[in-house]
Amino acid sequence: MCLAIPGEVMRIEGTKGEVNFLGACRLVNLSLVPEVKAGDYVLVHAGCAIQIVPPLEAQETLKLFGEILQEEI
Amino acid sequence: MRNDSEFIAEFQTKFSRMNCSLMEVCGTHTNVIRKAGIPQLLPKGIRLLSGPGCPVCVTGSGYIEQSVQLSKNQEVIIVTFGDLLKVPGNTCTLNEARAAGGRIKVVYSPLDAVEIAENSPGQEVVFLGVGFETTAPVIALAVKEALRKGIRNFSVHPALKVLNPAMKALLKDPELSINGLIAPGHLSVITGAKSFAFLPEDFGLPTVITGFRVEEIWLGLTALLNQIKKGCATLENMYPQAVSPEGNQPAQRLIREVFTPEDTEWRGLGMVPGSGLGLSESYRNFDARVRFQLGPATSNEPPGCLCGPILLGKSVPNQCPHFGRSCTPEHPVGPCMVSSEGTCAADFYYGKIGVNK
Repeated sequence: MCLAIPGEVMRIEGTKGEVNFLGACRLVNLSLVPEVKAGDYVLVHAGCAIQIVPPLEAQETLKLFGEILQEEI
Repeated sequence: MRNDSEFIAEFQTKFSRMNCSLMEVCGTHTNVIRKAGIPQLLPKGIRLLSGPGCPVCVTGSGYIEQSVQLSKNQEVIIVTFGDLLKVPGNTCTLNEARAAGGRIKVVYSPLDAVEIAENSPGQEVVFLGVGFETTAPVIALAVKEALRKGIRNFSVHPALKVLNPAMKALLKDPELSINGLIAPGHLSVITGAKSFAFLPEDFGLPTVITGFRVEEIWLGLTALLNQIKKGCATLENMYPQAVSPEGNQPAQRLIREVFTPEDTEWRGLGMVPGSGLGLSESYRNFDARVRFQLGPATSNEPPGCLCGPILLGKSVPNQCPHFGRSCTPEHPVGPCMVSSEGTCAADFYYGKIGVNK
């Protein structure tokens, strides 16, 4: 399934980062977004960030996907 | 999610005389569209078809059967995405194989499967690699991680697919007539918007890429219908916040490095040349088919099951004799009812929205 969910990168450790999805934090692989910085929002699919997205876009989508997030995380 | 009733009234008036078929091929789009009741709100002449964009749905029962048989090996741990569990194989589902004693674990990420292998010395961990280009780079990362860490008890049973060859096969089908396409939102994050340029250029097909908000889908439909009305065919990227023209280059490089194209079977389409991804030569020893000497998979579709034609937009769920009777999300007959992105599941849950208005 191709669902990707946006989250905020809180902290980066090498190729991984702590990503916050509406309060639920998960360690995410950041190898596919090498330019990422702490504070960026990323789209995450199957444990891996696939794109850096603008914060406003991410926040609106997070509200929208609130229900699906409960299942995914 | 709410519909703006003024916008919809305007839409219905503007396009009331249109007679055309629009297709979406992304399982998440299928789900969002049906949940919002969009098909029931479109003017009568506009048909919305669901294409083969749900990776679980297009996986043949033969692949599931091979995975079920592998799970009977006492030294094997099958690791999979959750939505594969209820898909019927030729004899049973992975859920049933698990109930019968097979070791089958569910993960959110293929990278977790590598961790399981690391923590299970002496056991062979086989990850069921199902997905499109969105998932392929993540599985590639998992394979490279296993190689880097010297984890030898990890392999992938690949059922990865690449969308464009299937789209071409679909568009060449004389029984199918599509006038506009909503291209997938997240798959195009990886492949880039340009990867769909061939649709208007070679097939004259109006194409839009949209995000997943209801408003975005309505805007995408409007853009497609405007193109059809004007008689033109272009690619419009209406999701530029996430989809760039070139896509995710590191991901594309990973796919080219770890995988190689192969011919593979799609439920509904049959064999589509070059539409699958197998492990490339340097990574061949991570291919479970080689490690366990698996032959080609043969699929037995259940009699009467219309998943195949439904995946191509040739039939709709309520035309299937099993829909809502012997086939429900609780006990599915075919995969279109299993996945939350499947057309039948979406129609089962949301099909009645708007009907009684």
